[in-house]
Amino acid sequence: MEHIRLPKVESVRLLDRVSPRRSRVGTLYLTATHTIFVENEAGVRSETWVLHSLVCSMEKQAASASGCPLIIHCKNFQVLHFVIPRERECHDVHLSLQRLSQPETYEELYCFSFNPNVDDEERRQEWDFLDLKADYRRMGLPNSLWKLSTVNQHYKVSDTYPADLFVPESATPPVIVGSSKFRSRGRFPTLSYYSKENHAAICRSSQPLSGFSARCLEDEQMLEAILRSNPRSDFMYVVDTRPKLNAIANRAAGKGYENEDNYSNIKFQFIGIENIHVMRNSQQKMLEVCELRSPSMSDFLEGLESSGWLKHIKAVLDAGIFIAKAVAEEGVSVLVHCSDGWDRTAQVCSVASVLLDPYYRTLRGLMVLIEKDWVSFGHKFSHRCNHQVGDPKEVSPIIDQFLECVWQLMEQYPCAFEFNERFLITIHSHIYSCQYGNFIGNNQRERIELGLRERSHSLWSYLWTNQADYMNPLYRPDHSQAQGLLRPSTAPYCFKFWRGLYNRFDRGMHPRQSVEDYLSAIQEETQQLEEQLASHKQVGQNLSCLSFKLRFSKVENGKGLPG
Amino acid sequence: AEEFSLMYPFFYRPMFEVIEDGWNSFLPKDAFKDLESMTDEWRLSEVNKDFSVCPSYPPLVAVPKDVDDDTLRKAATFRHSGRFPVLSYYHKKNGMVMMRAGQPLTGTNGRRCKEDEKLINATLRPGKRGYIIDTRTINVAQQAKARGGGFESEANYPQWRRIHKAIERSNVLQESLIKLVEACNDQSHSMDRWLSKLEASSWQTHVKEILTTACLAAQCIDREGASVLVHGTEGTDSTLQVTSLAQIILDPACRTIRGFQGLVEREWLQAGHPFRQRCAQSAYSNSKPRQEAPVFLLFLDCVWQILRQFPCSFEFSESFLVLLFEHAYASQFGTFLGNRTAERAKLSLPEKTVSLWSWVNRPQELERLSNPLFEANSLVIWPSVAPQSLLLWEGVFLRWNRSSRCLDEAYEEMVHIIEYNKELQNKVNSLRRQLAQLETEDPLLQTP
Repeated sequence: MEHIRLPKVESVRLLDRVSPRRSRVGTLYLTATHTIFVENEAGVRSETWVLHSLVCSMEKQAASASGCPLIIHCKNFQVLHFVIPRERECHDVHLSLQRLSQPETYEELYCFSFNPNVDDEERRQEWDFLDLKADYRRMGLPNSLWKLSTVNQHYKVSDTYPADLFVPESATPPVIVGSSKFRSRGRFPTLSYYSKENHAAICRSSQPLSGFSARCLEDEQMLEAILRSNPRSDFMYVVDTRPKLNAIANRAAGKGYENEDNYSNIKFQFIGIENIHVMRNSQQKMLEVCELRSPSMSDFLEGLESSGWLKHIKAVLDAGIFIAKAVAEEGVSVLVHCSDGWDRTAQVCSVASVLLDPYYRTLRGLMVLIEKDWVSFGHKFSHRCNHQVGDPKEVSPIIDQFLECVWQLMEQYPCAFEFNERFLITIHSHIYSCQYGNFIGNNQRERIELGLRERSHSLWSYLWTNQADYMNPLYRPDHSQAQGLLRPSTAPYCFKFWRGLYNRFDRGMHPRQSVEDYLSAIQEETQQLEEQLASHKQVGQNLSCLSFKLRFSKVENGKGLPG
Repeated sequence: AEEFSLMYPFFYRPMFEVIEDGWNSFLPKDAFKDLESMTDEWRLSEVNKDFSVCPSYPPLVAVPKDVDDDTLRKAATFRHSGRFPVLSYYHKKNGMVMMRAGQPLTGTNGRRCKEDEKLINATLRPGKRGYIIDTRTINVAQQAKARGGGFESEANYPQWRRIHKAIERSNVLQESLIKLVEACNDQSHSMDRWLSKLEASSWQTHVKEILTTACLAAQCIDREGASVLVHGTEGTDSTLQVTSLAQIILDPACRTIRGFQGLVEREWLQAGHPFRQRCAQSAYSNSKPRQEAPVFLLFLDCVWQILRQFPCSFEFSESFLVLLFEHAYASQFGTFLGNRTAERAKLSLPEKTVSLWSWVNRPQELERLSNPLFEANSLVIWPSVAPQSLLLWEGVFLRWNRSSRCLDEAYEEMVHIIEYNKELQNKVNSLRRQLAQLETEDPLLQTP
């Protein structure tokens, strides 16, 4: 509360983003967690709440006769344009919000004060709701080919990896540890996804510290072990998701990529996805286009093209497809890495999983996938999503791109996903909102240190409880689209601009009638009708039974039938 | 006329029973009866019954009641190709109207025509102004003077406010379509190239421009409560796009299957859009006959955009629009043959060919083309023209590039959800009735 210089400002105007002449007048309140705009026009009491943790940046513009403009950009792409009557007030609000939206320590994060009124037992159940081990069991693991390793139980081998890791049966602790020393940040090759049907696997790691000529016996043995865990194939792919030039440049720093000569039976492949800085700039450029007030079609398309955003989405999806095909069609295992193995690697592995396995296209399955390949495998959520004051160069919309790949797939396969667009948008929003503890910190070890299980709440159970809002009415688990491998087209014209996310708050831009809501309402009614039908049938049966019994008893008692 | 009699529609014998002759389904005199029931301010004039006053108009046109045929004849000499202002649409809610015409032939001498002024002024309420929407930019309209055309000057039309828009000429549209088709067929798989080519084709720019202008016309009528006159140069292309789209926005009746057919009949076929010239070749043909232009396709694209934004407000589905697109270019039916009513009459099309509407309005076709999400409403629907809201019409432009199987399956699933619900509703109702009957019939079951 000490950061709030001015808790209340009156006669503030909130301009409509598209038509600035339309504005609403009200009072602006600053609380410890939110900015609240309460419209006080006669008879209307509408409130606009903005979470501080969702505020990305603010812009104070030159004061004019009407007041001092303050434009707030949010991480969920909402843009609010306030006009505050007095310069002094605007200045105070600006400074307060700046401090409030940029926590300096983890302790200030919203998840520690967010209180949905559940007791400790319920909170624990929230966190136990999703069980990663259950997903491995679902894949059939552990089995004769893959085992659970305890080598990283105390995060000593790699402090950014999870404690539970699956490795080939033949990989001994010395091999694992040796390999980890040859990998950036100790992130040795380990299992991401295992295909029961043909034993092919997707493994992930970081780049090898190969420099120009370094070798590591254990790392080579590790890959050998992975190869042998797929008895039906005599080679495996190693996919470096960086552009070749970047990978080569890394060699000068003592890192690099796998030399086909040193590793037996690998086929090495670059699939160039650009780095986090390129992605950050790309999204920034695209957001600028989204915020144009009345762009022409040319402005929009040119802006979209020059941002390169859809090109990057396509690159991620293309990479996922390559890996999914290798596993499902060729039955060949794949090792995926980038530099650190927590950005592009996470994207590509999880996209491939969505393509391969219908389970990850269910509500629960997607949550499990994000928990596994992103949260547990140490994607640096707090750094990438700018949860607190930090290095702006670490911020990058990597998870955004994964969610968008899923959305692009949903557009191509409307019947294949159990969840709807709203599900993805809600997850996106909460990754950035810090309301839940799931995405706080940068890896599993940090989360345990912060005591998030005991001090915050889990998003996953909230989503599950409210699943009715997130269901896709067109989904049927037995639908042909929902089976097996998805083979999407990645021709450029198949990629759409995700208006639902990037212009989410521009209500006028979206279809005024929602097919999905209409169908969901019908399905709800159908369910009620089915219940009514069952109950009517039951009543009908009872009545006939009763009628029969009554007649029978009358006959028995010699009373004869009426009429 | 010779090449006409060799065209397929003259040989086509329908394999179905013609219950309703589509050639008679949307006659001007029937449309006028609807108008008469709403207002007595208009009359049906026969001044053009032998097509001598305006060759491209139908024989019957609706004009203000107090304007006589002589006035019309004189006004026709002042308008491009004799296309004097006629009624396009009457807005029941407030009695405002939309008219359309060709450009006024003011020329460089600033010629005027009092009869033309009288004609359009007759639609204004006392003390109220109207809007003239010129689909050309002010520069283009100025340049038209050198060729004998022009625009309505403030001096001679003081009660009318003129607004200029920037809808491209139809020859530009053909170039645009060719570029779009080329972009869709580009095999390079480069996102940059795709977006760049898409932008360079300007097709979506045209969509946005037409929709914006239609919204403008609709706003003048519905929000400002003013009458509107729309024209471009000839009054046969952009003019018709604007007037017909404005009606989609304003009038729920135009969103029904029959209503839309009537709209196409009135605002395109009878209004004299030169189909034969505009749709001479395939839309995908690379050759460029001078008059070829996908004006009608662009209109259908705009309708599709509105349909996407208001999926429950149209009685027909996308497949109806695609059907019309196809038949405008190549058809066994005679509906889209010819450039104007006069031509169709001369060729005896109604006698010698079958109407597309005869086929479409059969129950089995109607079912296939209708929109399962349709819920009739009486709203004016305002589409968003933000670039983010305008999509590429995949059903037409990508139909040969990619399989629509998944989208078709989604559509079937949607139909199934809706049908199953209806089925259940019927079952529940029927059971309820049975139960009620059981209880009344059997005295043993009477509740005491």
